[in-house]
Amino acid sequence: MKTVGEVQSSNYLLAKFENLVDWAVNASRANSLWPMPFGTACCAIEFMATAASRFDFARFGMERQAFSPRQADVLICAGRLPFKLAPVIRRIYDQMPQPKWVISMGACASTGGIFDNYSMVQGIDTIVPVDVYVPGCPPRPEGLLYGVLLLHKKIKGESLFDHVRRRDEQPLDEKGLRLAPETIDEISEPFGNSIHQFRSS
Amino acid sequence: MSKRTLELELATPGVDAQGHATRVPLTAPVEPDLGGEHLLVNIGPQHPATHGVLRLVVELDGETVLRCIPHVGYLHSGFEKLGEYRHYNQIIPLTDRTDYLSPMSNNVGFALAAEKLMGIEITPRCTVLRVIACEMSRIISHMVWLGTTSIDLGAFTPFLWAFQQRERIYDLQEMWTGARLTTSLTRVGGLMADIPDAFVGKLREFTQTFPKTLDEIDRVLTRNAVWAGRTQGVGALTAAEAINYSLSGPMLRASGVPYDLRKDKPYLGYETYDFDVIVGEHGDVYDRYLVRLEECYQSNKILQQALDRLPDGPINVDDPKVILPSKTRAMSDMEAMIFHFKQVMEGVKAPVGEAYVGIENPKGELGNYLVSDGTAKPVRWRIRPPSFINLSALPKMAEGHLLSDLIAINASVDIVMGEVDR
Amino acid sequence: MIPGVLREAKARDGEHIVYVARERLLETMRWLKETPDQAFDYLVDVTAVEYRDRERPLEVVYFLRSLSRKVDIRVKVELDAADELAVDSVWSLWHGADWLEREVFDMFGITFTGHPDLRRILMWETYAEGNPLRKSFPLRGRFSRAEQVRQALNANPEAHYSLEELSIADAGGDLPEDMRERLKRGERGTIPEPGSRE
Repeated sequence: MKTVGEVQSSNYLLAKFENLVDWAVNASRANSLWPMPFGTACCAIEFMATAASRFDFARFGMERQAFSPRQADVLICAGRLPFKLAPVIRRIYDQMPQPKWVISMGACASTGGIFDNYSMVQGIDTIVPVDVYVPGCPPRPEGLLYGVLLLHKKIKGESLFDHVRRRDEQPLDEKGLRLAPETIDEISEPFGNSIHQFRSS
Repeated sequence: MSKRTLELELATPGVDAQGHATRVPLTAPVEPDLGGEHLLVNIGPQHPATHGVLRLVVELDGETVLRCIPHVGYLHSGFEKLGEYRHYNQIIPLTDRTDYLSPMSNNVGFALAAEKLMGIEITPRCTVLRVIACEMSRIISHMVWLGTTSIDLGAFTPFLWAFQQRERIYDLQEMWTGARLTTSLTRVGGLMADIPDAFVGKLREFTQTFPKTLDEIDRVLTRNAVWAGRTQGVGALTAAEAINYSLSGPMLRASGVPYDLRKDKPYLGYETYDFDVIVGEHGDVYDRYLVRLEECYQSNKILQQALDRLPDGPINVDDPKVILPSKTRAMSDMEAMIFHFKQVMEGVKAPVGEAYVGIENPKGELGNYLVSDGTAKPVRWRIRPPSFINLSALPKMAEGHLLSDLIAINASVDIVMGEVDR
Repeated sequence: MIPGVLREAKARDGEHIVYVARERLLETMRWLKETPDQAFDYLVDVTAVEYRDRERPLEVVYFLRSLSRKVDIRVKVELDAADELAVDSVWSLWHGADWLEREVFDMFGITFTGHPDLRRILMWETYAEGNPLRKSFPLRGRFSRAEQVRQALNANPEAHYSLEELSIADAGGDLPEDMRERLKRGERGTIPEPGSRE
């Protein structure tokens, strides 16, 4: 496996050993990602279809769907996330042990989707850090599988020894937010044609 | 301390000597005063067996559920508020996402309400195609119900069989509308597109092979001692209770009330089709399973009849103020271009008034209540949600049962949280 | 013929609409349910409508059905938006009205007197922005997105059990005195200060 960036150790053998460890760890992590299906809405149905026999993501290592976050590797948020459910997903995310990844499946989980209104979180990345965004409404099972494969690629590029590329916990700040309020407002603003959709008649 | 003495006796559930399913109430002895406190347990909103983001607060006396309080709203998406800011045709994609297990049925329900409001009569071909859409939706919804309920009760294989059949219907939906799940099939006055040529053959092939899967599921579940033991006598509601709690659909019919909107308030020409209304007797989970299973057979029958009688002709009503003209005409003919422009920019205006149309969704009576003030966006769009109202009877059904029965009862209500919370 | 009727109308779908005065609603509904030749035993839906024209009153709409006679009727109660928005609950007649009236309470702020457990059902109980389906409520809510996220993350709906739930579990005796008093007064708690999350 080629690593990106600098080799950490100046000792050749140690560096090679670190590469080997990284390769082994990342390959085992990527090839047996146990998903925590946080399925809320229509994307959850496509998630179930991906788990069923026609598309079957068990062949990508996601054999066991871990319904307890304590035993899961990747949180797949499949479906729209209303504000009432926001503390729940944060708590589920906090309960997952490291290393953990998040796939935001669908347009609603990624950006709020067609629901730009009072009750919908405009993208779960305002609440939990997201690794892969899978667009679609709902994404086809092949789309979700492509997202999973992208996550595999991302995981294989990580390193235990390089603090830049190592996975670290990203805690909430003292206000209870993950991002600065201005950032949240900025990424939640509608753009393009959406700005015309707030007239009632 | 609320003292409840539950009189229960031991049961031998399931199957008698001839192999027939027996009607034995599921009961077990309980010591009246072991002492101790009642336990308050929180199930959900994230839980594999709650069928979505439902939170149940359960008061337990040992293993027995004394009271169960559901908390909903974890998927509230503001559909009804959004509907006030959208033209009628722009609301159609929203309807896919309420009951996402049977999207075409929702599309049809809304379109019928909008057409009733505007006073539009749809064409015969459109009527039959909408019947086909509704019955396909009924099949896929019941297949999800079957699959997830069997998983909840421990049987994994029917889930795979059911989802395989769903994939075949998804292929048909994708062939017709371009989308597997969020179909947005109807438009006010017609449909988004006509069926492609291969559709009829493929659907006919489906109707010929689908009953075999139903037979397999029937063989595996119906006379299974474990299945019958876990579902018979569980969560029963009498007919009077079912009516008082405003239940609808299979929940109402399993309790013995022979009410089906397709027969009692017919729409889309359902009175001309030959099918049976499946009515249960005891109103327990087992009866609801039988009702839904048999409804799949009946839907299959209706699909075959609809395919036989599918007439030729246009799918859209011939009104240029309501239906977009074809692109070639809009690009070449000035009048057609003006109609196109007005519909896209201003939307189709509905006359002042209100209309309510209830259809027989797989979950129950799905109603769309539209109030208009003469503009192109409704003043009020109300979805009468069958799952929401069916779920409100859950506390009544769960009293006195075991915790594992609660899971079975929750599964039998056939809820879809998108519709419960809207 | 129907007691308490102010006026009648016909909807575009052909259904009969009956406007009833607010004070006589329960009496009229009971008459409709219990009179043998009316027999409206099935409540289809309860909802409310607020018109864009602010001069028009709010309407609470009840959809009733007689299963045996195969007849539907729509009963409406008009409420002036400037007055107190309250109406009698029909829960005692049809238990199906339980959650339906709670939803109208949540979305419109209309109180149903006599309802056994009137609290918010779709939004969380300490939701501070208002009643979403009112026309004065903007589509994207009143607060900024960051503020909505902050309030949502701190709301923690699972920490709020209703008085009924707590008394069922008999924890009522163990609660601190001031909390019991607050719950008895019907207060549902407040959004905790930032930084005080558990």
